[in-house]
Amino acid sequence: MTAAFLTGADAETKVPLKRRLKQAERARQLKALALVVPLLLFLLFTFAGPIAGMLWRAVDDREVRQVLPQTVAALANWDGKDLPDEKAYAALASDIQAARASGTLAIAAKRLNYALNGFRSILTSTARNLKTVPAPGTAKETLDKINPAWRERTTWTTIKDASGPVTGFYLLAALDLTRNADGAIVAAPPDQAIYRDVFARTFLISLGVTLLCLILGFPVAYLLAALPPGRSNLLMIFVLLPFWTSLLVRTCAWIVLLQSNGVVNDSLRWLGIIDEPLRLIYNRFGVCVAMTHVLLPFMILPLYSSMKAISPAYMRAAASLGAPPLTAFLRIYLPQTLPGIGAGSLLVFILALGYYITPALVGGAADQMISYFIALYTTETANWGLASALGAVLLLATILLALVYGKLVQGQQVTGGMKN
Amino acid sequence: MLKRKTGKIALGFAAAFCASAALATSVQARDLTIVSWGGAYQDAQKKAYFEPFKKLSGIPMNDESWDGGVGVLRAKVQGGAATWDVVQVESDELAVGCDEGLFEKMDYSKIGGEAAYIPPSVNPCGVGAILYDFVLGYDKDKLKDAPKGWADFFDTKKIPGKRGLRQGPKTTLEIALMADGVAPKDVYKVLATDEGVERAFKKLDTIKGDIVWWKAGAQPPQLLASGEVAMTSVYNGRIDAANKNEKKNFGIVWDGALFTLDSWVILKGSPNKDAAYKFLDFAGKAENQSKLSENIAYGTSNKDAAARLQPAVLKDLPTAPDNIKNAVEINVAFWLENIDRLTERFNKWAAK
Repeated sequence: MTAAFLTGADAETKVPLKRRLKQAERARQLKALALVVPLLLFLLFTFAGPIAGMLWRAVDDREVRQVLPQTVAALANWDGKDLPDEKAYAALASDIQAARASGTLAIAAKRLNYALNGFRSILTSTARNLKTVPAPGTAKETLDKINPAWRERTTWTTIKDASGPVTGFYLLAALDLTRNADGAIVAAPPDQAIYRDVFARTFLISLGVTLLCLILGFPVAYLLAALPPGRSNLLMIFVLLPFWTSLLVRTCAWIVLLQSNGVVNDSLRWLGIIDEPLRLIYNRFGVCVAMTHVLLPFMILPLYSSMKAISPAYMRAAASLGAPPLTAFLRIYLPQTLPGIGAGSLLVFILALGYYITPALVGGAADQMISYFIALYTTETANWGLASALGAVLLLATILLALVYGKLVQGQQVTGGMKN
Repeated sequence: MLKRKTGKIALGFAAAFCASAALATSVQARDLTIVSWGGAYQDAQKKAYFEPFKKLSGIPMNDESWDGGVGVLRAKVQGGAATWDVVQVESDELAVGCDEGLFEKMDYSKIGGEAAYIPPSVNPCGVGAILYDFVLGYDKDKLKDAPKGWADFFDTKKIPGKRGLRQGPKTTLEIALMADGVAPKDVYKVLATDEGVERAFKKLDTIKGDIVWWKAGAQPPQLLASGEVAMTSVYNGRIDAANKNEKKNFGIVWDGALFTLDSWVILKGSPNKDAAYKFLDFAGKAENQSKLSENIAYGTSNKDAAARLQPAVLKDLPTAPDNIKNAVEINVAFWLENIDRLTERFNKWAAK
């Protein structure tokens, strides 16, 4: 590159040197960019695209609009105070018959049933009993006779609320909120308000696991960094071996160890410490133990790399200046490990937020984290709107926490590292 | 000069690679792919259906397993590049998928006619594969005093120890009501009312601290084997398989069993429809179905299959008169309507 540029400069003198330098610079930048393009495209397709899709699905609400287009149009100007007029009933009757013929009624029924329990059977029974198009002026009467639900205002407000094309319905549901018949946002009924608790539980478990990892991982990392290379390499294998082992295998191993007739309980009973087996698994304790074990290497490795970079001369200098070991550790050593603590904690915390398999296997019904519900709604009940909304809330909360945490750790690192 | 050449060569290679990869996926016809539930059950199917079918017909096929969920099927069909042809689905997946048009309409003339099958297994979108039960399972070696039914399941004084139940409201609420004295035939009538739901949760409250929740069908036999639970709700075939293959001594209480049906469906737009029908025809024949029941104790959908079985096999099937006497069919319509609401309710209750 440089050689080509120099010879070029000798050969031609008409173009100013500065401009040619700029051109060469730009070419270099383009080439560098070209090298990153595959990665950029890859990220776009596998990361940004799906996330955008998920965020879109959380507010997308076109199902009812597609299946019952005339009804949606007829309800557009309805004020929602009284029952809608005859025109809306006629539109609904014609929409239902068309949807039944094309087999799309179930799609609308599914969406409406989310908002109003029992809507599926209201629609299907109406479709079954609506043999012919009602005579002009009798649509209301006919539908009322088939199902008394059409005499209820809430039945119609449910359709109007679900008219789309975008909705806050799923996002509200993900935050335990709902709209009442008048359209005001209110708290969901207490027996259905669960997601705030689940989010709180998810963050609490993740935080606990992060702290446990830090407390357990710090001395191990210190030992690894302090030992001579031969022995530290041997010890490193004990950290890396479980790291390379499948998550599922490690989780199942904990089931074997912790169950009522497992190794731990049997040993304790044999030693005479307990008479009855302790409940160590299928509860919060089991989840924390297994997740801490699985995530520990993610804490130890960043800590180790930051500790390895700390010169032992600093501690010796502190000692020679009269600092007792604890003071030297707190004021000289600890501040320098902060980047490692920050990276490790953030890594463990964010990984823990998305955990699914481990809590599902070793947790009870009260220990399921948010990913359990996302998986449930994605595959089992196929309520993708709610799954996306829960995912969006989790993503937002994670980003916010990461930002706050990054700021905190960075600030501490500057003051702690520089001042001393 | 040289640099430019290598660039071109690399580009050529990349293009050739992409083209050949694209060609390979578009030209190569996919083998017939059949999807079932894995574990001991799929092993039995391999013996009775898959291997003999491959040998007899010469059609290349392979089998995969899944964990259910209509969301998976929707993604497969609506994603456009379904890699599955024939799938065994549960009754609620059959109903939802049929409504939403995820399955081919079943052409019964190609699989021996509707009359060959028992009436509940004939559905416009799928044909019945097996009939099976959620039953109360226990370890005969550990419980000398055998439980009689779901009431004993909730009686921790009479039979101490933990209980296994499937995590989620479906089957759990039915079991709680039966334990509270509701007759099996009235379970859904009671559950349809708010008081009924209340009553079920109240009954569950009495053993809340003693429940171990399971999710996959393979878990309850393991929980029994390890002694983690004294009793558990379980698929009847898994008990039978554990007794046969692992020499366990597990027992079943048939009273108040919850029975349901799994069906074969052909995914919409399958390129192997003809081969799929040939397989379903094979798997629907009485002589082949009876072989399945010999390998795992599930009831069959062909009318004449049971007649070919030995009495010793027959008495362990969900369809045996003694076993089905007091059983209740899982109500698909009820659960389609209420699963979202009751799942939220259940999770709220479980977290308290």
